[in-house]
Amino acid sequence: PAKLFLRSIKKRKKKARRRRRKMARYDRAITVFSPDGHLFQVEYALEAVRKGNAAVGVRGLDTIVLGVEKKSAAKLQDSRSVRKIVNLDDHIALACAGLKADARVLINKARIECQSHRLTVEDPVTVEYITRYIAGLQQKYTQSGGVRPFGLSTLIVGFDPYTGVPALYQTDPSGTFSAWKANATGRNSNSMREFLEKNYKDTSGQETVKLAIRALLEVVESGGKNIEVAVMTKEHGLRQLEEAEIDTIVAEIEAEKAAAEAAKKAPARET
Amino acid sequence: MECVFGLVGKGFALVVADTSAVNSILVHKSNEDKIMVLDSHKLLGASGESGDRAQFTEFVQKNVALYQFRNGIPLTTSATANFTRGELAKALRKSPYSVNILLAGYDEETGPSLYYIDYIATCHKIEKGAFGYGSYFSLAMMDRHYHSGMSVEEAVDLVDKCILEIRTRLVVAPPNFVIKIVDKDGAREYAWRESIKDAGVVAAA
Repeated sequence: PAKLFLRSIKKRKKKARRRRRKMARYDRAITVFSPDGHLFQVEYALEAVRKGNAAVGVRGLDTIVLGVEKKSAAKLQDSRSVRKIVNLDDHIALACAGLKADARVLINKARIECQSHRLTVEDPVTVEYITRYIAGLQQKYTQSGGVRPFGLSTLIVGFDPYTGVPALYQTDPSGTFSAWKANATGRNSNSMREFLEKNYKDTSGQETVKLAIRALLEVVESGGKNIEVAVMTKEHGLRQLEEAEIDTIVAEIEAEKAAAEAAKKAPARET
Repeated sequence: MECVFGLVGKGFALVVADTSAVNSILVHKSNEDKIMVLDSHKLLGASGESGDRAQFTEFVQKNVALYQFRNGIPLTTSATANFTRGELAKALRKSPYSVNILLAGYDEETGPSLYYIDYIATCHKIEKGAFGYGSYFSLAMMDRHYHSGMSVEEAVDLVDKCILEIRTRLVVAPPNFVIKIVDKDGAREYAWRESIKDAGVVAAA
């Protein structure tokens, strides 16, 4: 009879409407695959990272250096309250590029995990362990409902607590991580990485610091005011360099560059 | 039979603890360190159930470290004492920790301080204090000989008097003691007072 038929059409329409509404909400709220296999939210997060401050990390034989670009501080701002290179434990440090507020949350969780690990197994974390933990957190937020991914890539450095071997790892918003000899992230990271690929060699001590600063100077205006550098050694842990120290090293680098330029020009004139 | 006592001197604080780990009538070891170095300038001497002691003091130590990483500056002794007391109070009406604590610390602004925190979350800032059966003797000795502003030598001399009293008068007196000190140069072990050393294995004839 017609009545029953009409009722079934109504039911079918209601179901389709409910499904469409669900799909629409579904699409906006969480990270879902696009038809060609991309996770757009994660890629947009990577865009956010590309807009963040430049950050570089270089692993030497006995020294690891982290450097970040410091955007010129507002006159009334207390620059000491804006620390871009932080330590997660006595032997682990982190620098990041991207959304700094997201960084605060991730760093806090990582610091808790470092102490929790010490409490449960009476051992300090290895660099790989804490990197895996942070990457795991970042991945979780690409596969949950109602949350967005963390908009930052991190550079994690440290010394293995028992073997003393230095390590540098990088994580990104998708939750992947890998170990590097030297890497850069944030603004103009490609130019910095190219520079590092061309000029990387095994260094130690001050040479590692110079290499990191040279890479940073490729994309940042020179001067101690615009870069923040921290050096980590096995004995002394993390040490932030003073502005004056950075200026001295920058001056050395510029002098070396000038000398190299002059050397290039001199033979040409001779012939 | 555990003895923990401590006192504040001129620019330093001392914490003394016995070093025996006992289960009923068996002595597991006579060199158990019961005074934990919380951070560069804090000592936590604890007595009570060994499981609770280890669990609770390690928990406090890791939280003190976490605070320092989060905030870039260490917790003051007073803040640590109040945090510790708070945690004991929280656990009190659920499953209380059977740990008695003497917390000694040195802060740049306020100098040395000593806190008495017992297992039911009492917290007092004191100049001299003690826990356990040994307290009957060490408190009496300290009441007689302590004065504020003692030097390290005078304080250690008083500690030795207390240890002698405990060894003479307590029926199951612990044989060995450890003395730790905290001052502006940090928290560190000061000395041991041993009357029984682990004998080596006798070689087969």
